[in-house]
Amino acid sequence: MTAREHAASTRLTRAWEVLHGVPDPEVPAISVTDLGIVRDVVERADGLEVVVTPTYSGCPATEVIEQSIAAAINDAGLGPARVTQRRAPAWTTDWITPEGREKLRAYGIAPPGACASDSPSEGRTRGLASSPSGGSDGRSEGAVHRIRLMARDVACPRCGSAQTERLSAFGSTACKSLYRCLACREPFEHFKPI
Amino acid sequence: MTTTFAPLPTTASASNAAASTTTGSIVFEPTPRQQYLMRIGDSCLIHAQRLAEWSGHAPILEEDIALTNLALDLVGQARALLTHVGRQVGFDEDQLAFLRAERDFLNFTIAELPGRRAGRDFADAVLRNFLLAAWMNVLWAKLVQSGDAEVAAIAGKAVKESRYHVAHAADWVVRLGDGSDESARRMRQAVDRLWPYTAELFETDAVDTAAAEAGLGPVRAALRVGWQAIVEPVFADAGLQLPATGAFRSTGSRGVHSEHMGYLLAEMQTLQRSFPGGVW
Repeated sequence: MTAREHAASTRLTRAWEVLHGVPDPEVPAISVTDLGIVRDVVERADGLEVVVTPTYSGCPATEVIEQSIAAAINDAGLGPARVTQRRAPAWTTDWITPEGREKLRAYGIAPPGACASDSPSEGRTRGLASSPSGGSDGRSEGAVHRIRLMARDVACPRCGSAQTERLSAFGSTACKSLYRCLACREPFEHFKPI
Repeated sequence: MTTTFAPLPTTASASNAAASTTTGSIVFEPTPRQQYLMRIGDSCLIHAQRLAEWSGHAPILEEDIALTNLALDLVGQARALLTHVGRQVGFDEDQLAFLRAERDFLNFTIAELPGRRAGRDFADAVLRNFLLAAWMNVLWAKLVQSGDAEVAAIAGKAVKESRYHVAHAADWVVRLGDGSDESARRMRQAVDRLWPYTAELFETDAVDTAAAEAGLGPVRAALRVGWQAIVEPVFADAGLQLPATGAFRSTGSRGVHSEHMGYLLAEMQTLQRSFPGGVW
């Protein structure tokens, strides 16, 4: 490795460290790297390019996140930084790191369960188109119940009880729903798998 | 606009001349492929505007939050598509959303019908949300394979969001349709009011054909089977009859809108037209 390559590699390593400290504006307990939205950091002729995949189409935090990332890189003396968007493949909660999930739980938000590529958001929505070939598997069984929003089994982030109930499929941000623990009676938010 | 139909290309400039104290409308002539994407993006945007009208007015707090959450997703999908089209024609998403004249919006008429006012009620909002979400779900799933990589990427995200839109809306269709006599009566009325506008969602025209030939996306008629597979079982569970399709055809996707569209745009566009270039 040449000295120049070594410097570049150090710069990238430091950039990832800096990004690990950039909080998500709506869930500040976790960083943008915990959330899994930073897909790449690339050394370019004109500075560092940080590639970000947006969470939800309408997430109002997207612009703030991009500004925070650029500011953090620049403040650390690693700039100039440029943030670009990569839409495909679409972000999934499966990209939230184990560390991120633990931070969410400690913050009082039940982390999302695993979400296979065509498994539904927030419960069973089987029967709906999820891929070019999907959506035709099932008029053979149980009609509408296949596409009703079924609450998942979500453990209480405070007492760990599995005895919980969903209060609302939607919450304060696009990524969360509202639950209540039937054991400790505390309400809590659940990060929806998508 | 193209010569495949006549969506009155002079209207935007006419409106421009009339608007002496506010910002005039942008004018451009979208290609059929751009029109195809504008129909989807505009339908997302206008549907979102109608959903957002429930903010502070939904029957229960949870639904207030739900409808505005769905609206947020739809605005995001509209932004992505309008930004994509805008790059090709030299305008940004805000200009496309807030500075186009009524005739240059290509959303399906069903998206612009009142959901809360003018004699409509929550049943209309619930049903329209379901019918459109189901249509979008089938469309996005096909657009994942679009030859336009940006459209395919937008669809890859949107199809996941449309799944819970459909599920949430279907839940309410059944809850009201299979609920009390009063809620069932209102749902039936909503079906009678809205169903005639669903025909437009499946009427293939020259824009669709051009898009299909270019590998951009499917013709509208290709969405019917998938849509019915979602809608029919939900109607059955809700105890609602599927009406026959009559002769009426709405024409929003050709830029010829209902009497409700002007009021919607006046409200949606007033800030940007009064304070040109205003940003957050």
